[in-house]
Amino acid sequence: MGRVLIKRLLNAVPTLFGVSLVAFLMIRLIPGDPVLLMLGERGGSPELVTEMRHNLGLDLPLYSQYFQFMGRALRGDLGESIISKRPVWNEFADRFPATVELSAAALLWSVLLGIPMGVIAAVKRRRWPDHLLMSASLIGYSMPIFWWGLILIMFFSVRLGLTPVSGRISALYDVEPWTGFYLIDVWRRGLGFAGFWETLRHMFLPALVLGTIPVAAIARMTRSSLLEVLREDYVRTAKAKGLSFYRIVFVHALKNALLPVVTVIGLMLGTLLTGAVLTETLFSWPGVGRWLVASVQARDYPVLQGGVLLLSVMIVLVNIAVDIYYIYLNPRLRGAL
Amino acid sequence: MKSWGLVLLLLAGMHARAEKTLVYCSEASPSTFNPQMGEDGPTFNASSQMLYNRLVEFEDGGTKTVPGLAEKWDISKDGKTYTFHLRKNATFHTTETFKPTRPMNADDVLFSFNRALKKDHPYHKVNGGHFVFFTGMEMDTMIKDIQKVDDYTVKFVLNQPAAPFIANLAMSFAVVLSKEYADQLTKNKTPEKIDIEPVGTGPFVLKRYVKDNSIRYDANPTYWAGRAKLDKVVFAITPDPNVRFQKLKAGECNLIAEPAPQDLKGISGNTKLKLMSQPGANVGYLAMNVQKPPFNKLEVRQAIAYALNRDNYLNVVYQSTATSARNPIPPTVWANNPDTKDYDYNPEKAKELLKKAGFANGFDTEIWTLPVSRPYNPNGKKMGELMQADLAKVGIRVTLVTYDWPTYLSKARNGEHQMIQIGWTTDNGDPDNFMGTLLSCAAVQGGSNLARWCNKDYDKIITRAKTVSDMRERSSQYFKAQELFKAQAPWVTLAHATVFRGMTQNVEGYKISPLGTEDFYPIDMK
Repeated sequence: MGRVLIKRLLNAVPTLFGVSLVAFLMIRLIPGDPVLLMLGERGGSPELVTEMRHNLGLDLPLYSQYFQFMGRALRGDLGESIISKRPVWNEFADRFPATVELSAAALLWSVLLGIPMGVIAAVKRRRWPDHLLMSASLIGYSMPIFWWGLILIMFFSVRLGLTPVSGRISALYDVEPWTGFYLIDVWRRGLGFAGFWETLRHMFLPALVLGTIPVAAIARMTRSSLLEVLREDYVRTAKAKGLSFYRIVFVHALKNALLPVVTVIGLMLGTLLTGAVLTETLFSWPGVGRWLVASVQARDYPVLQGGVLLLSVMIVLVNIAVDIYYIYLNPRLRGAL
Repeated sequence: MKSWGLVLLLLAGMHARAEKTLVYCSEASPSTFNPQMGEDGPTFNASSQMLYNRLVEFEDGGTKTVPGLAEKWDISKDGKTYTFHLRKNATFHTTETFKPTRPMNADDVLFSFNRALKKDHPYHKVNGGHFVFFTGMEMDTMIKDIQKVDDYTVKFVLNQPAAPFIANLAMSFAVVLSKEYADQLTKNKTPEKIDIEPVGTGPFVLKRYVKDNSIRYDANPTYWAGRAKLDKVVFAITPDPNVRFQKLKAGECNLIAEPAPQDLKGISGNTKLKLMSQPGANVGYLAMNVQKPPFNKLEVRQAIAYALNRDNYLNVVYQSTATSARNPIPPTVWANNPDTKDYDYNPEKAKELLKKAGFANGFDTEIWTLPVSRPYNPNGKKMGELMQADLAKVGIRVTLVTYDWPTYLSKARNGEHQMIQIGWTTDNGDPDNFMGTLLSCAAVQGGSNLARWCNKDYDKIITRAKTVSDMRERSSQYFKAQELFKAQAPWVTLAHATVFRGMTQNVEGYKISPLGTEDFYPIDMK
């Protein structure tokens, strides 16, 4: 186990270096510069522009800016945001719980819905439930998220008045961020069940939208994997033994069929953490995705390069964890641990 | 379970309603809570009017200056010395970490302005050291010295007379901070908190800021002008304009920032909502780069002014939410000259002028179209297409060009364009903020004069208008300047856009500022 872990971690090092370089260069290759953006239509004297560039270290050659960034990053210092002047670390930490909370909710419902959908489709292969569920998942997979979210807002929030339009909790509640997870923090402020319920209501639509693609992916993977397993010899043996069809599916086949689904879920977790950009913007969800979008617009170089690096570390770690869990789940690979 | 939750929610709601809370759906997070270092509207709105005061204020919903923390002021005969007499009853906020022991006085004024002015001030470098508006409005070159006469009298000595000085002091950046608080922070070795945990004299006290999510304020119980009628104000940060509109309809906010043009009908047609409007202090225009031929020729510029059907743009691009612009200065700002001779739509005259200039067969050129939606021009691309068609009729073949916003700005400032769509919303309501900032010879070098037009006679007039303090004299100078500008036609002035706000019916007493600032102090809720 330890050896696999160390190997994987070492493999991750070049990946992260690559990511840091790409993140560093990408934002600088887009035209525009943070100082001119700050000054806007108003502009400023050339001296002011030069001075501001100098104070931000933007007048150094690119390579030395990169080495400075990496040198500090290796010591755990990601620099300071140009806009807020606060450490990138703190800014990230303030927003990460919101993203995690939303991603977890989205993942939860996509697993709870996606796996049964896949199972039903596989069991009823080539019959109408299969066609219906697989068409639905194809639509879900290709849904333009922003449009989908707006449609849901107009229907659920404005037409029916069932869910709030956006935000994490009603503006009338004063929640003091403590863990950053509102489902926990509301109890601390004595807002109790009403606050908890409010938070859930606010999470409903964004989680639904964010989970749309994962549901589709999980359903499709479950279906194809289960179909493959159902063709295995041991399933035929089970049938020959006279076991009931449902026993074969749920007790024998599903367990094995879920192995690749675990990988998909792991990958989806990465997508959720980073892919919440549109959902967070639409639902005014104060998470990491929205923060990064705003930082692109403001050309806030330190935030973007630091934020992307942190998210990449996160995704790499999730992938390693999934790999190891996968090995652990698969008895044939367990020898490798 | 659901109904139980709803009951509790209702109870909580009732409790909050008894307490007059206004929820404002704002468009972006503030970058700081100190407007001295602010650069954008969302930052100013969340800090300046809410938490602080200025020596001089703009009247509610207007651009006229009225007393603020200074009850009155005298200007010396040579126009170089301004003496401010401070009010004695303004106290700073009491917060969890700070309790003031004295009212606001001259020390606070000196501390605040010297922080931005003097590079060796102990707080100058704290949190970045960039005072973009302070330098942008040339306060650093304007002010020579600030002196404390006594505890409640402060003297500003200027390098030369500068009439816009008073209007500058009313701008969002020119707030007064507490020196006593700064001293306490220095002692605790946490100076950076001065801009993060703000203490001001304003009508509201900052309660909590949850990043990208919400800002909560409580009414300042000891506000010198009387406690606000609202008990609480909450900014719900909602970046998408369509979502803001949906939230307003769903009753999740009482007032929204910058409604999108396509949502205006939806607001005015909804019985639970009301739409307010006010002519904005802005101008949208097409600047012609006179440093590039053929725009160095007066006839060519005039021909273009005659060739563009501006009334059509008002209908199509602004959807009749703007008025035609005759001058750079909008009618909401004093010194707007209503009698300037304007160019009517006359393609025949345009052709004649082009022939006279030696371009009987027209020429090829570029128009840069605005890449972002701004109040002064909501749809640059559409307007570009209309301009292209109009100019084609007189033989001018136009290619439309655009870049992303920061590139657009930086290339334009370098003078790389031929014709460019741009615009301006005034910062301080002073005519110089249009006529000088956008059209002076100095602004060619500074980059904000996008026509790159430098006319010595014009410059003389506006310099004089800036240095005399008699309003009537200033006004007559600007009248002259506008006529000269119009005859020389470095721009085609397009439109002054109307500013809109959507709110629920129970919001009362709100006034839209033509300067784009939000003031919640006068608001009451039924």
